[in-house]
Amino acid sequence: MNKIFLIIQREYLTKVKKKSFIVMTILGPILMASLFIMPVYLASRQDDKQLISVLDETGLFFSKFENNENYTFVPVTGGIQENKDTLMKHGNYMLLHIPATKLNIPDNAIIYSDKQPTLNMKGYISGIMSRVLEKQKLSAEIRKEILKNTPNYQPGNDTSAEDLMSETILKNIRTDVKITTYKTDEGGAEQKSYTEVTMIVGLVASIMIYMFIFMFGAQVMRGVIEEKTNRIIEVIVSSVKPFQLMMGKIIGVALVGLTQFLLWIAFTFIIITAVQTAFPQQFKKTQAEQVKISGNSVALPNEAAPVAQNSISADTGNEKVNEIFEAFSSINLPVMIMSFFFYFLFGYLLYGALFAAIGSAVDNETDTQQFMLPVTVPLILSIVVAQTVIQNPESPLAFWMSIIPLTSPVIMMVRIPFGVPTWEIVLSIGLLILGFLGATWLAAKIYRTGILMYGKKSNYKELWKWIRYKG
Amino acid sequence: MILQINSVTKKFGDFTALNKVSIDVPENSIFGLLGPNGAGKTTLIRIINQITGPDTGEVIFNGKPLNPDHISMIGYLPEERGLYKKMKVGEQALYLAQLKGLSHNEARKRLKKWFEKFEIEAWWDKKVEELSKGMQQKIQFVVTVVHEPTLLIFDEPFSGFDPINVNLLRDEILELRKNGSTIIFSTHNMASVEELCDNIALINKSEKILDGPVNEIRRKYSTNSYQMQYRDFTGTPYQLHEAGIDVLNSSFDNGICTATFHLSGSKGPNDLLTTMLPHVNIISFNELIPSMNDVFISTVNAENANLILES
Repeated sequence: MNKIFLIIQREYLTKVKKKSFIVMTILGPILMASLFIMPVYLASRQDDKQLISVLDETGLFFSKFENNENYTFVPVTGGIQENKDTLMKHGNYMLLHIPATKLNIPDNAIIYSDKQPTLNMKGYISGIMSRVLEKQKLSAEIRKEILKNTPNYQPGNDTSAEDLMSETILKNIRTDVKITTYKTDEGGAEQKSYTEVTMIVGLVASIMIYMFIFMFGAQVMRGVIEEKTNRIIEVIVSSVKPFQLMMGKIIGVALVGLTQFLLWIAFTFIIITAVQTAFPQQFKKTQAEQVKISGNSVALPNEAAPVAQNSISADTGNEKVNEIFEAFSSINLPVMIMSFFFYFLFGYLLYGALFAAIGSAVDNETDTQQFMLPVTVPLILSIVVAQTVIQNPESPLAFWMSIIPLTSPVIMMVRIPFGVPTWEIVLSIGLLILGFLGATWLAAKIYRTGILMYGKKSNYKELWKWIRYKG
Repeated sequence: MILQINSVTKKFGDFTALNKVSIDVPENSIFGLLGPNGAGKTTLIRIINQITGPDTGEVIFNGKPLNPDHISMIGYLPEERGLYKKMKVGEQALYLAQLKGLSHNEARKRLKKWFEKFEIEAWWDKKVEELSKGMQQKIQFVVTVVHEPTLLIFDEPFSGFDPINVNLLRDEILELRKNGSTIIFSTHNMASVEELCDNIALINKSEKILDGPVNEIRRKYSTNSYQMQYRDFTGTPYQLHEAGIDVLNSSFDNGICTATFHLSGSKGPNDLLTTMLPHVNIISFNELIPSMNDVFISTVNAENANLILES
């Protein structure tokens, strides 16, 4: 036991002192923090006001475009070509051309610009246009209706009344649809569920597990190959059992990974807090928008036309924040955290053992390919399938992949925020522990023989022979 | 006997690495473990080091069956040896010494002493990759002996050393024996076997084919041959033949003749001298004892020829 501790200690200290570890520890949080800070920074930056020249041949739309802090709309007349030519000379131009149509409703607009127009702007323009068109169509319908009922009605004299009417109707019928889903458990108790937050939490957890397994599993493998090519292995196995050396290495690397992980979280928080204290104004102002954007991106049809969105009140922002908090509390956090650490650790241990076995079977890293494939396939497969599982966490595919040890660490983490029956979790955990023991036993047998084999290209047949060797 | 290996067999799948090998290593001696490449020496050494276990047979160390407690009493310098390249020399030596069961403080104290003895204290904080191969070998030697094991196993210890360091190392090995350690010494360098070893065992194709004290073995393999240097030969070859003496070869240089004689039957060196004395002025005379090299080659070749005949 004392010896395995020595091995863990050496493994840990040499890895933590490495330059690459220090660089990664510093770079990681900077990257992560910038992921948080950049959008805030970009959002808080005042964009130059965009001048949009509008050539509205229909005459229907221009008056509806409103100038705001981002856009100024200027009417232009004349032919499209001459307008383009004049504007081209100035540079930084944007020309919105709404061509006139003879028969059908003008629902076509073209933007000429020397740069990519933002989605926001396009949304704004198309929103305004569709509202105008809706109104047009509605007035036409109303007119038809009136004509049907009162054949004497003189159209054309009272169009303003029709317009007014259609506007009122449109206003009245516009409804914000907000979908709230309730999850009903067996006891019949209803629980508000927040699919989008649940999805993100599950996906982030499983991606972290996936990355951790890959990064640090590969480190275990490289460590084993290093000991083998250094020829120090024989000295060490004359002092300790190969199994102790293997487990010491796997555990040591796991601790390195956990250290890096915790340092990342700590540093990211420190950086974000520091930036927030340094520029409190920006953050106060944009916080609501931030949340708003993330709320929007999950595409719930709770907003109608994106017209009013450019000016968001702080109130709606707060509402969103509250909603996210509420969503988090709908997830069973203790279960989530505990299972995260369990799958995080055991998933890594299982794969770590397999990676160690691969490392022991080869003489250098380039020979690892043939053995890497069967180990990485379930891992990559599970991260690919994770996207599907999010859509349908109760499907048979999701069920089986969250039970089978090689894929369960990633897939189960996707499912857990949605709520998984206890027996499934217990079964999955039990099988993962069994899988870990099995993989370690198998890996130890390959490792024990492999580390002392030099210069021989090994294949699966060879590995199978090693597994059957006696002590 | 500090180490008794009793009828040890080890198989890897269909391949038999050791077949009923029995070896006794007397205490406080240097024991040569010889054999061609692939004979099974390394497997035997790994069994003694408990890196792997025998399929059948037993190993008795110090009167008890080999067990994990014995690990700290054995020091092993493998043929394929290396160090962690990125680790500092001192740290690494401490780590390896602690793996052999020394406490941190004890390991540091003893290592400092050895480093002083080899005049390598300046290397303590250097990274291993900064040292030459010979320097690394010295550190490996120190690490092998620092826990003062009763049994030391050296596999090709001299390879990679320059002649000065070979001397240094040989003196250290002899000193270790003087201080009570037993040394198992595996090498292909037969000259050093003659020089250092008290006993040997020869393994060929997984079987032990020869063992015993070096002197006895060489004597056993002696062919009743003698070498003589002389001048002014006045007799005739015929007289020698009559006396039952074969001249194997002779050479003549600067008036001095060097000849090798083979005596038949029960004839001894005195018979040769009596025959020769009246006819020559003898400069030197000695028995031709086969070198370990000759013993090695002739035994292994004979054994392989037998194996071929049998199959």
